[in-house]
Amino acid sequence: MSALLPLLIALPLTGAALSLLFIGVRAVQRVISVVVAASTTAMSVALLLDVDRDGTAVSSIGGWRPEIAVNLVADRFATLMLTISSTMLLAVLLYALGQRTPDEDSRFYHPAYLALIGGVCGAFLAGDLFNLFVWFEVLLIASYVLLTLEGSDHQIRSGTTYVVLNVIESFVLVTGVALIFAATGTLNMALLPGRLAELPDGIRLGLNLLLLIAFGLKAAVFPLYSWLPDSYPAALSPVSAVFAGLLTKIGVYAIIRTQTLLFPDTNRTLLLVIAGLTMAVGVVGAIAQTNMKRILSFHIVSQIGYMIMGLALGGVAAITATIFYALHHIPVKTALFLVEGIVEREAGTSELSKVSGLARRSGPLAALFLIPAFSLAGLPPFSGFLGKTAVVTEGLDQRSWWIVAVAIVVSLLTLVSMLKIWSGAFWGTPEGGPSDGREGDGILRNHPVMAGATTAVVAVTLGIAVFAGPLYRFCERAAVDVTDGASYVAAVLP
Amino acid sequence: MSLEQALLIGVLAGTGAYLVLHRTLTRIILGLVLFGNAVNLLILTSGDRPGEAPIVGREGDFTDPVPQALVLTAIVIGFAVVAFLLAMAYRSWTIDGNDDVEDDITDRLLAQRRSRPDADAPNTGEAEADAEESP
Repeated sequence: MSALLPLLIALPLTGAALSLLFIGVRAVQRVISVVVAASTTAMSVALLLDVDRDGTAVSSIGGWRPEIAVNLVADRFATLMLTISSTMLLAVLLYALGQRTPDEDSRFYHPAYLALIGGVCGAFLAGDLFNLFVWFEVLLIASYVLLTLEGSDHQIRSGTTYVVLNVIESFVLVTGVALIFAATGTLNMALLPGRLAELPDGIRLGLNLLLLIAFGLKAAVFPLYSWLPDSYPAALSPVSAVFAGLLTKIGVYAIIRTQTLLFPDTNRTLLLVIAGLTMAVGVVGAIAQTNMKRILSFHIVSQIGYMIMGLALGGVAAITATIFYALHHIPVKTALFLVEGIVEREAGTSELSKVSGLARRSGPLAALFLIPAFSLAGLPPFSGFLGKTAVVTEGLDQRSWWIVAVAIVVSLLTLVSMLKIWSGAFWGTPEGGPSDGREGDGILRNHPVMAGATTAVVAVTLGIAVFAGPLYRFCERAAVDVTDGASYVAAVLP
Repeated sequence: MSLEQALLIGVLAGTGAYLVLHRTLTRIILGLVLFGNAVNLLILTSGDRPGEAPIVGREGDFTDPVPQALVLTAIVIGFAVVAFLLAMAYRSWTIDGNDDVEDDITDRLLAQRRSRPDADAPNTGEAEADAEESP
């Protein structure tokens, strides 16, 4: 089964190359993209089942000894994230194909999208720090292209902020990697825990902070979040859905991976404060906005705080809650942006002051928005309620009262700003628009593929709520792997 | 790491950071190039002392090949990113004749509100839409 690991990276990248060859032939590009995205999803599901049965899968590229080889490592946490991510990538790809407008189906969309899939798979599977950096770069460069696909004034302006900040983030990450290599003589994530433990505390803290700053910018935690609400809304809707669902969560994944494996004994008070500030600042920013895309973008920041909170609390139970939260958050956020895409397509704008009465024009569309919106705010019985309850319960158990208070207040404020979208765009009487006069769920019938893909993603979020029991137990097994660094080392270096 | 190397890395990173703080995209790119070179040199010096070429079968005091492999990868990535940034600067220039990085939407909104304080609350939505459409 470990043959799947290199294949998960090689297949999307080969697909990207093929897609570039067929640059003028859109039909071929579409077939390649769908086949690659579907088989990536299938392979990650197969890998997930396999890893859950047999334990961590390792593949050393080129058959070298695992101490010196480039390793790909898939434990339960990595494969879980891989599975949910590749499912979302497939759903959003179908949604994008369903849009059927020439400018939103640019010639370079497919190669960049496939490269993004390759980068995402690589980042989850990387077994050494330098390769983690390389796969981050692959997905970042693909995301630069996707963000500025139209090349419009607005996109270039937002793209500049995004690209420049991410390039600087890469420099910080490489500096961290170089200094870790200078201090320990290895970048292998299985060898590093032992060697880092021998370093003086001060040096270890410095290295830890460099990695934390680099991944923190990627995950958009408190002082490093300002690029996100500025750049994500500029992208086309299917692109921002992928960015919102996945990219920041890969940053969170990298933070969890490095913090638990490489620096397990660090004091996490700073991280807890950052988590609280991230939640609060994100949601306050969201309330102040009047554009649907910008509200949703600020919510990404706010929700990242909950995941960092779980990590900062530490221990198997808290990490379980964090993993479950990330698992629920990815499809919920993707679904919200996909609904936003349909709204923008139908109304021509995502300004709340210019859209209204969508609930009367299309009940099913309103339901597609309401389910993930309630889930994001943490209302029962949706998946967000379970995720938030798990994180907050853990906070109560560890007697961190203030962070629990922040988490609950932020959750209420999230509901407030979701209601702002609801009352702005969905409530009220329909205004004169391009498609006035249609009845019932005409909006969804006009865009069958987009609606189908969105419904599928919403169904995934509902599925997470329904199958929360088995999924939570899986997250628990994943968290045991994550918190026990020795098991990772033992799996890579038998 | 020798003193000369440390100085060179410091000067490159310093000038790079200074240039990145400018408003024109071209200068930012030049700054990123300098900064990138500083980081690449840092990778190169993270290996131990210099020595012989590490070839299988030879004896002697070898240099560490890993940082050299890493720096090659980092240089290639940096090259790709700079090429993309240059394309963006050119695109920005063809759109509005300069490559200045503009204020973000919220900043522009606040500036607009400050310039006409009486026309405040009812027009916020439109003002924002204006700011989005004609930046």
